[in-house]
Amino acid sequence: MDRIYSHPQSLRDVPTHYCPGCGHGLAHRLIAEAVDELGLREQVIAVAPVGCAVIAYDYWDFDCSEAAHGRALAVATGIKRVRPQNIVFTYQGDGDLAAIGTNETIHAANRGENLTVFFINNAVYGMTGGQMAPTTLLNQKTSTTPEGRNAQFQGYPLKISEMLALLPGVKYIERVSLGSAQDITKTKKAIKKAFMNQIEGIGFSLVEMLSPCPTYWGLSPCESLDWIKNIMAKEFPLGVIK
Amino acid sequence: MPRIIINKDKCKGCLLCVSACPQGLIMIEGGFNLRGVKPVKFKPGGKCSGCALCALMCPDCCIEVYK
Repeated sequence: MDRIYSHPQSLRDVPTHYCPGCGHGLAHRLIAEAVDELGLREQVIAVAPVGCAVIAYDYWDFDCSEAAHGRALAVATGIKRVRPQNIVFTYQGDGDLAAIGTNETIHAANRGENLTVFFINNAVYGMTGGQMAPTTLLNQKTSTTPEGRNAQFQGYPLKISEMLALLPGVKYIERVSLGSAQDITKTKKAIKKAFMNQIEGIGFSLVEMLSPCPTYWGLSPCESLDWIKNIMAKEFPLGVIK
Repeated sequence: MPRIIINKDKCKGCLLCVSACPQGLIMIEGGFNLRGVKPVKFKPGGKCSGCALCALMCPDCCIEVYK
């Protein structure tokens, strides 16, 4: 009898600190599987964010660096320019990439850095207690919008992928979801494509993943997946944006 | 017969695997694990097809699939 599914070599066999049903565990595993399948384990350098995934380097078994909050793409730019032979990627949440780090994100994309970005969009600030994020949906309740996000006071959900797609330096942007087995398979394909773009020198690639946060959405893990499919994916349509 | 092995002490009891299994072969175990949550277990004697959907959905890599 053969083992047909097990945890990837690039993912340490340790329990994570994530809440039950959190999408970070899935995203970590898919990236580790892609790294293994492309044979990049000795070549890859990850830049971890600030946010729930701040200790991602404890879970991935390849080289990682940490960056100040929102500055992952600035750090990754430095690493890639000094070590162009390495495959450098950042892993950032919506608070890191789309709030405090918007500046670094836009300029790294505009410079057309040959980097790969994994953007985990769960529509709340997870680590700090479920506050409203720029990507929070209208009418979504969070700890700082207890009556739901109101466009008049808090503006509209920020669609960073669509914004970045306007820049000529950006070569590939796809929005995927972690909401079902089928979507997870598509997500892995997008991750591999983003890595291949960097290997082939094509340029800046970003994969946005709609990811469940059951704790701060106030839903069970199974209900969170339904929420992604039925509500979140309507505001953030899936597919190749560029 | 294909089968799965669940690392019960890593399981956080999110139950995503329970809803993913097309045969309904994963159920909640009675007791608690080292984390203090009720882990899932493989229903013995079921007809597992080895589709690995449970392992694909598990956010904590608790499931190994053998075929």
